[in-house]
Amino acid sequence: MIALPCISADGKPTKSGIATLTAVKNGTSTPEAISEATGNPLFKVRSGLRELVNAGFVKQVDDNYQLTPEGSKLVP
Amino acid sequence: MEEKTDEIRLPLIGEKAPDFEAATTQGTLRLSDFEGSWLVLFSHPADFTPVCTTEFMAFSEIYEELKKRNTELLGLSVDSVSSHIAWIRNVEEKTGIKIPFPIIADLNKEVSQKFGMIHPSQSKTETIRCVFIIDTESKIRTILYYPLTTGRNMKEILRIIDALQTTDKHKVATPANWKPGDPVVVPPPSTTEQAEERIKAGYDCKDWYLCFKKL
Repeated sequence: MIALPCISADGKPTKSGIATLTAVKNGTSTPEAISEATGNPLFKVRSGLRELVNAGFVKQVDDNYQLTPEGSKLVP
Repeated sequence: MEEKTDEIRLPLIGEKAPDFEAATTQGTLRLSDFEGSWLVLFSHPADFTPVCTTEFMAFSEIYEELKKRNTELLGLSVDSVSSHIAWIRNVEEKTGIKIPFPIIADLNKEVSQKFGMIHPSQSKTETIRCVFIIDTESKIRTILYYPLTTGRNMKEILRIIDALQTTDKHKVATPANWKPGDPVVVPPPSTTEQAEERIKAGYDCKDWYLCFKKL
């Protein structure tokens, strides 16, 4: 199985996934702002957010992203 | 009754680039993930081949220059993600050069066929050396095709991006062999009145239709 940029093969977030979750936890909610906060390229943030949504760690509300209870447990 | 064919219409300059979702060395990416940035989408024939290796080293060397121009790089070949990873690790191990950009593993040729990257007279199985320069709104702005045997010129790719961004910003054209800092071409007048005014406007005019200005 190929590791995804934000979710590793064991289903846990990778380093860049944790960086994105931390940015979301700190109130950064758009891909553009997360890219700026983490220093990761916008394309990588967008694809990573898709994976975090699919994994149930983040939910999308309109153009913004929020942590789910599962995601909150990963960045206490 | 209309006859159905398998012919694929290739995207042309000025058209929106066809979107795709593909496995890459940096996860599953869509073309639309790059909206807001310029993008150099390029194909290479195969991993672990000599000309491609020199090109990847050269693309990596201009990566920071591309970032300054709000431009991302996205490579493609019909090899697998595992092959790409093994190759870029080998390049780093042997040369010290890290490949910082994602590479599409187009095993089913879905993306390469959409972009006309396979030219059967050159190779039925490998992609040739294509370059698509795509703007922030996913519009194709430049298409370059190189044969298998000819490595690409990175300075020309940077020059084209500079020229396109200068055109967008200043509504001008760029002459042959233009480079940043050189005079640009003022768009030709479309009426006789504009042609008369052009001569008096203070541009460096060789004639009414060929006028230069400094930015």
